[in-house]
Amino acid sequence: MHFIKRPSWDTVKSSDITPESVFNDRRNIIKALGLGAIGASIPGQVQAGIFDLFGKSQPSTPFITSPLAFTVNKGFELSEAKTPFSKVSTHNNFYEFGTSKSDPVENSQGLKVDPWSLVIDGEVDNPITLGFEDLTKMMALEERTYRLRCVEAWSMVVPWVGFPLAALLKKVGVNSRAKYVAFETLFDPDQMPGQKSRLMGGGIHYPYVEGLTLAEAMNDLSFLAVGLYGKSLPPQNGAPIRLVVPWKYGFKSIKSLVRIRVMDKRPPTSWNQLAPQEYGFYANVNPDVDHPRWSQASERRIGEGGLFSATRIKTRPFNGYQEQVADLYRDLDLRRNY
Amino acid sequence: MRLTMKHLFWLKLAIHLLAILPVVYLILLIILDKAGGDPVQYIIHYTGIGALNTLVILLCISPIARKFKQGVLIQTRRVIGLYVFAYANLHIFAFISLDLLFAWSLLFEEVVKRPYILVGAVSYIILFLLSITSFKALRRKMGKRWQQLHNLVYLLALLVPIHFYWSVKSEVIEPGIYIALTSLLLLIRSPLPKLFLEFYLRLKNKLGSLTSS
Repeated sequence: MHFIKRPSWDTVKSSDITPESVFNDRRNIIKALGLGAIGASIPGQVQAGIFDLFGKSQPSTPFITSPLAFTVNKGFELSEAKTPFSKVSTHNNFYEFGTSKSDPVENSQGLKVDPWSLVIDGEVDNPITLGFEDLTKMMALEERTYRLRCVEAWSMVVPWVGFPLAALLKKVGVNSRAKYVAFETLFDPDQMPGQKSRLMGGGIHYPYVEGLTLAEAMNDLSFLAVGLYGKSLPPQNGAPIRLVVPWKYGFKSIKSLVRIRVMDKRPPTSWNQLAPQEYGFYANVNPDVDHPRWSQASERRIGEGGLFSATRIKTRPFNGYQEQVADLYRDLDLRRNY
Repeated sequence: MRLTMKHLFWLKLAIHLLAILPVVYLILLIILDKAGGDPVQYIIHYTGIGALNTLVILLCISPIARKFKQGVLIQTRRVIGLYVFAYANLHIFAFISLDLLFAWSLLFEEVVKRPYILVGAVSYIILFLLSITSFKALRRKMGKRWQQLHNLVYLLALLVPIHFYWSVKSEVIEPGIYIALTSLLLLIRSPLPKLFLEFYLRLKNKLGSLTSS
């Protein structure tokens, strides 16, 4: 019995069905058709003209990451859905490679991380310099899943691989004069175009510097990450080693570290230098203290799925880590010390 | 060559194509994953810059028409102005749908609290008013008041770049260039340069007559 007659356009012939192999390979097919070349030639910056459509494609070989040996720290697992690697590694603020979110992944793939040297010095008993191999071999690596809250009011959930900053500081032994810890990113304008041109680098005085109080640095949450999703860090995420301080806005989590200096004075910090009325030294995530130009009460959580899959959630004090860190600020007016 | 009404059709066709092409390009970027892993901020910025660029082009039309005696160009201002409005709509829709995810209470809070969003909102209201009164019939009906209302486009030329300047985290060079550009486009319309020139010539004459006597 046919009550409803299917229109001819609604019947699918077997020849109309896309073979699975073709479907799975659709990106490569788009490339083969020449659309990929268009895509590859499209630069990240919006200002770039329409004429780039006809520019020649620049095949950039992606940076090679390698699997790491680590244990999963069950104390830092989250029930919230993780932000997929594809987004964590393509939506970045790393002004050394350009100010647009897609610039870092496009401009950083050639970054040389081996050899590398990370100096730990200042008010310490045994200053040391770590080479590329030391970063992943010297300390026992663990995986921790942290929330990451950007000062621009978006957030992610990221599984990092690394070791606690405190473990490294204990190894070098901080002395009695130590009060702060200063951090510094690589300065290499040949590799980092944002350091070469003011227009591309957003006006920051490079090298990018950050700082924590000694108590903050010694807190168990403060983490030095060498990996992401089980593999070594890609450059856009701060290869080969970066800081992760999950209760502070993302700009505190400084990338591609070359120096950790223990100090007796408070070190300068880059965003604070650029706009002190907007970015303080502490930069703790705080829904009650707005950025002068936008609200910090809620955030857009970047999760799985497409363009319309994000959700807007309430921002929590200290990014939900108040239990671990609120004690650090007992005697501090957080409105004034933003 | 003097452009005539016969050219107007092709002129407008070119304007439509030039205005729509960047939107196609944006859609292509998003489909090809070239707008970043999370393209929300990219889309908002792209459409905002689209509106600003179109406004700058719009403000160039009258001076060019006057300078090169191409009166027909004046006829293209309406369609270009409507594209400024179209890009502004895309910009605001992207902000409300993709960034705020339709949290309306947050929108009103933000408009009141954030000067840069307030400036953007005022600009949008002006654009809206200019667009709905852009019909010929309405223009005739409004008479003198139509021109008074549409002079608000000059206010727009000041507000939109300020909105951009205020919204960025630190990259002030690009918005700075836009502020300079629209200021220049306003300045060449104002009587100031002419007055300065007259003053300069009078001064020169006076000095000339003083030294010769």
